[in-house]
Amino acid sequence: MAIPRRTFLQTTLAGAVGASLLPHVVLAEDAAATTDADKLKAAISEIYGDTAAEVSDKITIKAPEIAENGASVPVDVTADLENIEEITLIAPSNPAPYIAKFSFPNGSAGLLSTRVKMGKTGSITAIVKANGKLLYASKDVKVTIGGCGG
Amino acid sequence: MAKTKTKVRAKLKNGVTQVKVLVKHPMETGSRKDKKTGEKIPAHYIKEVSCALNDTVMMQADWTGGISKNPYFSFNFTGGASGDKVTITWTDNKAETDTVEVEIK
Repeated sequence: MAIPRRTFLQTTLAGAVGASLLPHVVLAEDAAATTDADKLKAAISEIYGDTAAEVSDKITIKAPEIAENGASVPVDVTADLENIEEITLIAPSNPAPYIAKFSFPNGSAGLLSTRVKMGKTGSITAIVKANGKLLYASKDVKVTIGGCGG
Repeated sequence: MAKTKTKVRAKLKNGVTQVKVLVKHPMETGSRKDKKTGEKIPAHYIKEVSCALNDTVMMQADWTGGISKNPYFSFNFTGGASGDKVTITWTDNKAETDTVEVEIK
């Protein structure tokens, strides 16, 4: 018996606890990721029906990486596209993901900026409808203090 | 009647008109609770915003409570000349409304 009982317990227990915690963490992250994506999908289909939306690099979202105040997160959307019809803002992690839809019946020069509320850390998505197609881009924002009440 | 105020600026630069709007509005979602009484604060938010250039609708927006308190937004469009009229109108869920007209600078 070279290993004292105390050391043996410490190491084995720590290992056991670590091993049992790890899967949970991974599972939780997976669940959050799918629900966020699911929520985004659900929100898109709620607004636009069955029209498929594609990720586009022509859309740039400017928002702070870390927002200290979730009640007011500045968001700038720039879309390098022609014939922009609509710009919709969605925050999938909010209690009410759909934030706003801006329509431009007579054309837009592809810039929209506003301030939105974010309940917690999550992504903000801008969907741009141009030439009848739906394109979107997302940006992650870390929120220190949520701004949706509760 | 809550006190509301709307400020609008429209600026022409290189053929693109940029409109900036700042509204003084509580934008209550209806899900926030009063910390003292624990009761829910009734929803009070702007639902519709529209912008017209002279008499042509250039922008129409549907909002929810997800827009921040005292909302600010800006957007741009091509066309419009110096001296043209830009009209911003908003209506909230309590049917309060405000219209502001400015000239493009």
